[in-house]
Amino acid sequence: MTRRHSDISSPVNFYTRSAKSLADPHLRTALTSTTNRILQNRTKAIEGLQHADALRDHARRIRAHTLGHLDKYLVRFADAVAQCGGKVYWAKTAEAATDYVATLAQTKKVRSIVKSKSMVSEELELNQTLENRGIRVIETDLGEYIAQIAKEAPSHIIAPIIHKTREDVASLFKEKLGATEAEVATVSTMTNLVRRKLRLEFLNADMGISGVNFGVSETGSLCLITNEGNGRLTTTIPPIHVALMGIERVVPTIEDLEIMLQVLPRSATGQKLTAYTNIITGPRRRSSENNLGKKTVDEPDGPDELHVVLVDNGRSGILGSSLAEILYCVRCGACLNACPVYQQIGGHAYGSVYSGPMGSILTPGLFGLELWQELPHASTLCGACKEVCPVRIDIPRMLLELRHQATTTLPVKKFFRISIALYRHLAVRPWLFRLTRNFIRYLITKFTKGGWVEQLPKPLAGWTAYRDFPPLARQSFIEQWYAKKLLD
Amino acid sequence: MTQHTPRFTRAQLFVTCLVDTFFPSVGNAVVNVLANQGVKSRVSDKQTCCGQPAFNAGLWNDARAMARHTIDVFSDDESPVVVPSGSCADMVVHQYPVLLKDDPYLKKAENLANRTFEFSQFLVDKLDVDDVGAQCGDCVAYHACCHGLRGLGIDPQPKKLLKHIKGITQRSLSDAESCCGFGGLFAIKMSDISGAILQRKLDDIEASGANIIVATDVSCLMHIEGGLRRRDKRIRTMHLAEILTSSFDNQSRESRTKLKDRTVT
Repeated sequence: MTRRHSDISSPVNFYTRSAKSLADPHLRTALTSTTNRILQNRTKAIEGLQHADALRDHARRIRAHTLGHLDKYLVRFADAVAQCGGKVYWAKTAEAATDYVATLAQTKKVRSIVKSKSMVSEELELNQTLENRGIRVIETDLGEYIAQIAKEAPSHIIAPIIHKTREDVASLFKEKLGATEAEVATVSTMTNLVRRKLRLEFLNADMGISGVNFGVSETGSLCLITNEGNGRLTTTIPPIHVALMGIERVVPTIEDLEIMLQVLPRSATGQKLTAYTNIITGPRRRSSENNLGKKTVDEPDGPDELHVVLVDNGRSGILGSSLAEILYCVRCGACLNACPVYQQIGGHAYGSVYSGPMGSILTPGLFGLELWQELPHASTLCGACKEVCPVRIDIPRMLLELRHQATTTLPVKKFFRISIALYRHLAVRPWLFRLTRNFIRYLITKFTKGGWVEQLPKPLAGWTAYRDFPPLARQSFIEQWYAKKLLD
Repeated sequence: MTQHTPRFTRAQLFVTCLVDTFFPSVGNAVVNVLANQGVKSRVSDKQTCCGQPAFNAGLWNDARAMARHTIDVFSDDESPVVVPSGSCADMVVHQYPVLLKDDPYLKKAENLANRTFEFSQFLVDKLDVDDVGAQCGDCVAYHACCHGLRGLGIDPQPKKLLKHIKGITQRSLSDAESCCGFGGLFAIKMSDISGAILQRKLDDIEASGANIIVATDVSCLMHIEGGLRRRDKRIRTMHLAEILTSSFDNQSRESRTKLKDRTVT
């Protein structure tokens, strides 16, 4: 089953993709209702939290401190994982990470893999690499499973199929799974259908792949939060557990984790806690003598092997740069839900697995501004993203920073650069500014008889595509002011 | 210890390029409201644009030149600068010091930032005025403009001022704090997305039952009103300063109404 962004995701054509989204009223209805619902739940959950502002500040400080000392915490984390019996692989690039996992799977003669939701695996296009080597991969998060059988990429980091309605899923199940009408009658029957199919997959899998929400540096623990229990099954039933973790996901201590877990689910889904909070420390332990001289028995469950793949893939390049703050991101998706642009066009229009406001910074940050220079412009700079961010990332500041970087490192459309330069030269010469304005007023009045303008020429035609343009006042405010002064 | 608000008797008015060019009635309304509170406005004819379009486009050298010009215009004296726009005020207050952080103008930028206020912020926070003595029989809904709201925390001030207008009926706008989709050059560069966001805002406006939409920025209002006209509805937009002058100066309102009538040439 092949899916991945190469077919839907070419960075150059943001305009084409967003136009496609806008032309799809069905998609926009789905987006509006779901983002609104999640946002309302988030607001309620945050308002219900005592000292929410102080907690968010604290969470931000934890992220800032950790990333400021990432070398120390990451090495300590890796040592702790190894001490618990896990294997750590440092992957500089996507290729290194996917090759490690695929080679491991081949060496261990793995035929079938179950996966719980992992955005890093989407970023790495891991499924494709595995499938190319003949290994079967099954997504077990309900949304991701649906995206997989639809051969689509997820369109939201938390709600992968936010772009689909219940009816869309029902017809997809009938087409791809041969489901009966009774099986797709309600959300519950559809969920049960998938549940039955996935149970068998869990039992037959030779490897489980998961993401990591937070890695705890002092203990080497992996924290995974899910609502469907699939994360727990993925990481306990198959004999091998591979955890993919971006290098920025570290928190220093369990106490720090406690703070992050108070803000993350509330921001993501409006829950106080997700249904499952897993803290995994090492693979299944074999019998041994503990430090009190007592013999312990084999742990009854858990994988025999745990591999933690630490993925850099561009992150260390962001660290220490003017975009470093984006590494604070805990992937709650609140900024996507709050963004007026995302609400209209959805995740696929961005062309990257990381969409919305956080994606408009992370994507150019990881994969290069040259290919993704339109994304920082896909924003009204309204600041709703910063307002809802649990760790208060100043996304608008970085959008502006990227826009600026693009003008200094990449070619800018000559016409645009000249227009702004011209405007600047007029603005610093007030008399010329007014003279030019009066000339424009003369031209516009000549063609429009002084009312609101319904159609502007080419470079400004976008304005009048959706709204009338106001007429220039017969006398500007300053002209009126000085005329009055003369009369006095 | 109680801190007394210093009495301001003079203010410099930074009307903004949009008010100057398209909506002089807003500038006049600001002058009148301030005059009624005993504050005399000073208007420099050297003022142009704060430079935000260039700044948001990433062309920071051009933005810097405009910022330096604006700083020079308002640094002749130390009186407060009043701006009838949350967006332009936020540009001066928060972005100038960032934009000019390695520039000899930084000190002057910080000085200006400390004495620049959005119009309603100046009235309520600096002059301690909630009631300007306005009267208005209209049914209005307030739209919170993003930069003022999230950049400067402007929200209680316009609401206080509106609440004290005699005879006014207020309707709440659902999602009043969500962006109208204007976004400066975004409205032209990505006009399809901007237009789509606008339609949603217009739906909320129509559902509110108000016949006047009030906000603190003419930029958002010209975008909203430009869209409302396409729907051929009888809903108008007004800058906060205009509605605050409705009792003692109906001229500005009438002139805006005339502009809205397509048949008037």
